[in-house]
Amino acid sequence: MTVIATLIAFTALPASAAPLPAGTQAPDFTRPSLDGKPVTLSAARGKLVLLDFWASWCAPCIVELPHLIDLQKRYRGRLQVIGVSMDDRKSNAVDAMKHHPVNYPVVMGDAPLGKLYGGVLGLPEIYLIGRDGRIVRSWRGDMRPAELDAGILAAPR
Amino acid sequence: MIRACLAALLMMLALPALAQPGSAPTIPKSVLIQPKELASLLTSGPKPTILQVGFRVMYDEAHIPGAIYAGPAGKDDGIAALKIAAESIDKGKQVVIYCGCCPWDHCPNIAAAWRTLTDLGFTQLKVLYIPQNFGADWVEKGYPVVKG
Repeated sequence: MTVIATLIAFTALPASAAPLPAGTQAPDFTRPSLDGKPVTLSAARGKLVLLDFWASWCAPCIVELPHLIDLQKRYRGRLQVIGVSMDDRKSNAVDAMKHHPVNYPVVMGDAPLGKLYGGVLGLPEIYLIGRDGRIVRSWRGDMRPAELDAGILAAPR
Repeated sequence: MIRACLAALLMMLALPALAQPGSAPTIPKSVLIQPKELASLLTSGPKPTILQVGFRVMYDEAHIPGAIYAGPAGKDDGIAALKIAAESIDKGKQVVIYCGCCPWDHCPNIAAAWRTLTDLGFTQLKVLYIPQNFGADWVEKGYPVVKG
């Protein structure tokens, strides 16, 4: 039975990996932050959330960190940035955070969490989630920091 | 705000310098294979051996049918894993490597993998050209994948 289930799960098929569309309820999760505190996405309900899928090996992701730090500072109380490291090893994410400390929680991601978000099959990928927990929009690949600002300002109040 | 912009600008200026030695753009165009071409090879003709030389989390989410996980070649332990995977492959057989973790110019793995396999003597080596990432350039195009 297990063998059959595994075979089915690994059957080759055309699949979608598009980011979840606007209006979709953002899949909730609770994961420990890199320093061990529980982080629950839905606990930020009432604020905008920037969910940043990143990794230590992703140069464009590292470039975006100062801007995310700045956004967390500027929109404190109205916006919560949450980083999701897609590193294979937690130690790589921890090392990266030592070199680029951030002012928001970072949790470890994995394949199941990536799949919940439509398949995180390339970085960077950032979701803007509305105060009601629904996805407002997303960005994948190289992006300009000003796009994040514009997205936040255009988000429903 | 200004400091954040300046920091981002400085990092962006530094990126090309970081990406120069061994970066994906250094791979000769003659060894690149386009996603469409590889997808058609999978359905007809002799299937190449395919190695994924990126990150495990991404491989576990989805990969090309038959692709062997060989480890992130941008890291020493990834190179070691790639060499082990390569031991059982005929060096004269067509081999395709791919990563797709991030935009081509920033990929930390693919050039290192290409160089390693070339140095090992693989003569029919091809590199899958993934301009943005595996999700956008392979999965969303409807090419076959295995979801873990």
